[in-house]
Amino acid sequence: MHTNYMLFLLFFSVAPWRPVVGLEIHAQINSNSKIFSGSQVQFIAPPNSLVSFFDASLPGTLPVLNRRCVEAAVMTGLALSCSINKKSLFDRKHYFYADLPAGYQITQQRLPIAVNGNLSYTFCVGAKQSQLVTKNVRIKRIQLEQDSGKSLHNDARSQTLIDLNRAGVGLMEVVMEPDMCCGVEAAAAVRELQLILQTLGSSQAIMAEGQLRVDANVSVHHPGEPYGVRTEVKNINSLRFLAKAVDYEIQRQIEELENGGTILNETRTFDYKLGCTIPMRDKEGKQDYRFMPEPNLPPLILYDAKSLPANIGDQQVVNIDWIQERLPDLPSVKRVRLVEQYGILPEHSFTLLNEDGLMEFFEDVVRETQMNPKKVIGWVISELLGHLKQYDLTVKESPVNSLSLADLLNLLERRVISSSAAKQVLKELCKGEGKTPLQMVKEKQLELIQNQSELDQICQAVMERHQEEVMEIKAGNRKVLNKLIGLVQRATERRADPILVKQILEKKLSQ
Amino acid sequence: MWALRNSGCLCAAWSWGRSRLARGTAGGRQTDQNPEWQLEEQKLLPQKKVTMELLDHLERLALVDFRNWEGVERLEKAIQFADQLHEVNTEGIEPMDSVLEDRCLYLREDNITEGNCTKELLQNASQTADEYFESPPDSLQKAAFCKLRCSFFAGENLVTGNIPLPKLEEHESFLQDSN
Repeated sequence: MHTNYMLFLLFFSVAPWRPVVGLEIHAQINSNSKIFSGSQVQFIAPPNSLVSFFDASLPGTLPVLNRRCVEAAVMTGLALSCSINKKSLFDRKHYFYADLPAGYQITQQRLPIAVNGNLSYTFCVGAKQSQLVTKNVRIKRIQLEQDSGKSLHNDARSQTLIDLNRAGVGLMEVVMEPDMCCGVEAAAAVRELQLILQTLGSSQAIMAEGQLRVDANVSVHHPGEPYGVRTEVKNINSLRFLAKAVDYEIQRQIEELENGGTILNETRTFDYKLGCTIPMRDKEGKQDYRFMPEPNLPPLILYDAKSLPANIGDQQVVNIDWIQERLPDLPSVKRVRLVEQYGILPEHSFTLLNEDGLMEFFEDVVRETQMNPKKVIGWVISELLGHLKQYDLTVKESPVNSLSLADLLNLLERRVISSSAAKQVLKELCKGEGKTPLQMVKEKQLELIQNQSELDQICQAVMERHQEEVMEIKAGNRKVLNKLIGLVQRATERRADPILVKQILEKKLSQ
Repeated sequence: MWALRNSGCLCAAWSWGRSRLARGTAGGRQTDQNPEWQLEEQKLLPQKKVTMELLDHLERLALVDFRNWEGVERLEKAIQFADQLHEVNTEGIEPMDSVLEDRCLYLREDNITEGNCTKELLQNASQTADEYFESPPDSLQKAAFCKLRCSFFAGENLVTGNIPLPKLEEHESFLQDSN
């Protein structure tokens, strides 16, 4: 979008539009049981098997708050530099829908568990995507709430079927301020949030399983003027679609306004097949959620080291300071450490964090090899990842483990094999035949010729056969030396160390 | 004790009523059967007439059809009943939502203790299909709520609008693949 927009400005030089993007993200909490009941949380299970009487909203049932969900929200709040409210409240949000059996959702409207945070995210710009830009988005609030069930449509019999397995699963709704301005930024912010949630373990945040769902609020306005009317694109469940939906919506609004139209405050959905957003016929007039305090849940009180009560059992206390002390290193901290410790490029640190287990793989290889980490990173990111991509494998499924790659790099480092031979061996190893690098090298006879006198003889023979070239070099044309080196390489089937060959040839030529 | 939120009399009355019930079940004190205060009829706010627009709105929110004289009369009485709450002197009293608000919120350990009762749950449903609840078909809902002019459930609804719901076949093949 960036480039399109720039071109648009360049050619038409009209008053620029400034897009404004805010996000609301629902993250399913990674817990064994639901937020207010003891039924299991699992993505795939027979219909209505993970449902308690409370989840089905049978009369006489009451919500009982899951401590784990509270801790996950506090952890997430702290990781996003929020202030944690020591007192937060639960409310009912009413709406009628078949997969919401109670007719209301328990959420935190008045006083959420965490507020006023911050998320820093980085994305690539430039023609080659080589320049990193870091931006901040403010986190307005994080609230605990229940998920709804699922409606499924049976076309054959035109039935709507309800599965309540998801009803009552704990959600953290993260509300971001409208600090972003395009699809790339929105996707980068959500990606960073996803990595943070996965690092904390507070959510598995698998978008394909609906564990992370994004609503994007989009508007455009002229700088210096008030914000435009916004639309909300709901329920986006992939990063790619998020970027596309946001950019499409910005472009649509600009075109609409340029053509003298107006923007309606409406809810839209992204049709990934058509690649555009379309309005959802939903709100007849303004929706009235009839928020009211949840009468069955007293305020949620959290403690810190100072306010820790003596008379309450540990089971009943959530201690903010205790959670803060045990927060794992966040992705941003890990990246800085990788750059400092190994001297790798910042963009490589992003690549390492971008796939689960890749950073650990890299560090394991570094630990087991004498090779400089700056060189190791190339072998991991360009070579190994390239091969894995070809076989559509993740690092965790890699047929080459970190020890094996380290062995190979050690052979290269000790000049047992050449760099091109190492690449050839790695390619073979990726086929997963279970051979060690050394076995592979022996089998294919890829070792460099170590024997100095053997090389000496080969060089001598090549020189004798190419007297013309030798004369040229002696006459001062040093470029021809490379040709001789190449000839020696060919004679040894690339098993000669080029540096050694060069030394030998130079010595012989100067005699 | 009588402090109430100012936001919407109906809402406050509802919240208060529920909290009292909840406290009853929690084994707390009895409700005061003989309150010291008394109502002065003439002091009450003038009785509000229910407009057609308000009726429309409430019917839609409640998904209940009550547009007849009896229904309107009952609604007006309910509003008047709730309006009594405005008479309570709340000067200088901190608002409260619930009599439970100074109680500790009990926290449960994250253990799986419920579920696996699909049969029992589905017993209550008027219509089921395999292990699913079945939501009333479009046409039935439209007949039931024809006055509401908007249909709330399947197909056209509040949340998904005209976006097709996930298909059953896709869901089931997904389930099978996972086994």
